[in-house]
Amino acid sequence: MSNLAIATQDLVRTYRTRKSAGNPSGAPVVALDGVTLDIPPGEFFGLLGPNGAGKTTFIKVLVTLLLPTSGSARVAGFDVVGQAQQVRERISMVSGGEHSGYGLLTVREQLWMFSQFYGMPTQTALARIDELLRVVGLYEERNRRVSALSSGMRQKMNMVRGLLPDPEILFLDEPTVGLDVEAARDVRAYIKEWIHATPGRTILLTTHYMHEAEELCDRVAIIHKGRIVACDTPAALRRRTAGGTYFVLTTEPLDGTAWVSQVPGVQRADARASDGRTELRLQLADDGVIAGVVKALADRERRIFSLQKIEPSLEDVFVQIVGRRLEEADEGGRA
Amino acid sequence: MSDIAQARGIRRVVRATLGRAYPRIIGANRERSWLFYDTILPLLGTIAFVYVYKALGAPDRFVGYVIMGGATMAFWMNVMWNMAAQFYWDKQGGNLELYMVLPCGIVPILLGMSFGGFVGTLVRAVAIIVIGSVLFHVTYTITQLPLFLLIFGVGIIALYGLGVTFASVFLMWGREAWHMAELFMEPVFLASGFYFPVRALGFWVGMGTSIIPLTLALDAMRQLLFPESHPALLPVRVELTALVGLAVLFIFVARQSLRKMEYLARREGRLSLRF
Ligand SMILES: Nc1ncnc2c1ncn2[C@@H]1O[C@H](COP(=O)(O)OP(=O)(O)O)[C@@H](O)[C@H]1O
Ligand SMILES: [Mg+2]
Repeated sequence: MSNLAIATQDLVRTYRTRKSAGNPSGAPVVALDGVTLDIPPGEFFGLLGPNGAGKTTFIKVLVTLLLPTSGSARVAGFDVVGQAQQVRERISMVSGGEHSGYGLLTVREQLWMFSQFYGMPTQTALARIDELLRVVGLYEERNRRVSALSSGMRQKMNMVRGLLPDPEILFLDEPTVGLDVEAARDVRAYIKEWIHATPGRTILLTTHYMHEAEELCDRVAIIHKGRIVACDTPAALRRRTAGGTYFVLTTEPLDGTAWVSQVPGVQRADARASDGRTELRLQLADDGVIAGVVKALADRERRIFSLQKIEPSLEDVFVQIVGRRLEEADEGGRA
Repeated sequence: MSDIAQARGIRRVVRATLGRAYPRIIGANRERSWLFYDTILPLLGTIAFVYVYKALGAPDRFVGYVIMGGATMAFWMNVMWNMAAQFYWDKQGGNLELYMVLPCGIVPILLGMSFGGFVGTLVRAVAIIVIGSVLFHVTYTITQLPLFLLIFGVGIIALYGLGVTFASVFLMWGREAWHMAELFMEPVFLASGFYFPVRALGFWVGMGTSIIPLTLALDAMRQLLFPESHPALLPVRVELTALVGLAVLFIFVARQSLRKMEYLARREGRLSLRF
């Protein structure tokens, strides 16, 4: 247990609330409802879920900002309740849309300030800050006031802040939320770069963007109403969906599909004619079966115009497990 | 663990304190307008009192009194207004959450806030004294400089201890607590002798307002500055002893209220912003 980067056991966290329009009974909100997760060191782990699912609460418990209501959590082998100090020595956290620091300072001054909180000698700190600013492409802006930064630049600066102490475990809570496509892509690229440059570091990233989880994470857990409803590699999650992978093939017109169904390994074949072509949709026992299909077409002297392998997206996985699309599943919580 | 050099223990506390003080000192002086708002404006209030005293035919030493009071009041203002407001904005901006999970803990953050506020205010207080004294030709003869500085130092420590307490209480109980405190503190503050010897309101009122550490500090410093003529509340040594007591008390209370705040924040999620 202690050699895991993150380990939680039946973690529950509730919030006491006042009566309000959204919560007329004033009953406690159950934000985490028995979360058990093991994350080994070096893993890039994604927690995917709609707004209000409990992602931020999970991170806050792990970074020692919130006490669990029940259950337990260990980070870097230390208990988040009894050994908060040891946990704090090994982590850092960056949230999306955060406005940390002070607008009056320059980017470099602000990062220096944060480096002092970790007790870094000034020379070491400034060298590291400049190096990291170069990596995220913010070096030219180093003497600009924080208040003058765009949200994309600000988030890159926040990433530098998070990486400054070289944490063993980095918590990223929706780090690209609210950024334009390009800035979000940059931020993801720097995260990947850091992981490559410093192997052995663990990242826990929360997101409600499927593609982000898919692009970055070794493993993804889907969280819904405070519960983990699925947890696996993105590929395995996709494979698990009904339908699974299928192929779409367009050829010169064919009549009937009976012959395709006879190719060994073809589980299902549907044909559709359009524009003088036939579109075949094939579900196969495994990818290798497609060779037999292609050969069968060649035997019938039909040209192949296109061949495409379609994999279900995480979105499909989510719909199947939760029963709704991700954007529709927001759980009444504020973002 | 990380290969990046990072100090621990006392060195980290010192670095973190100075780090947090930096924006208070540098940032606060970056906008040149501070010279106007923080020096000229308080000075105008002070000058008004100078003319009241002159009109009443009060002895010249009262001018020195008033200027001293105006300078000291700058510290009170810093503690009452800026500390709590700063901490509140740290919460709103999300800094507080980051601060609470720092390995150095929240204490150096508040030390830095206090130290930064003190240095920034010291510059302003000195400006008030210099400008005021030049304008009205006040001369001071400090009889016992080390004792004078000691009293000032202990008074400031007690004051900022009170400031940290206020800041964390406001944070937990919100604006209402702030207004309550104002309501309670304002008369105490007015009666605490910034512009007149506190003895003037009578011994017991003076004792009552001594809960504000500046009351005793100011009275003791005035005794040293105007040795012949100041109507003292208590002898200097007694006041110094009381100040030390206040400093210890307020630092203890500040530590406790910080702990309490931290605990409530973790248990109830009350300091959480985004959710
Ligand atoms: N401080 C709080 N007080 C009361 N309820 C909260 C608080 N923080 C979060 N919640 C509630 O807990 C649930 C989970 O929230 P959160 O962890 O922020 O989800 P996510 O980060 O996935 O959007 C939501 O229903 C939210 O309204
Ligand atoms: Mg969230």
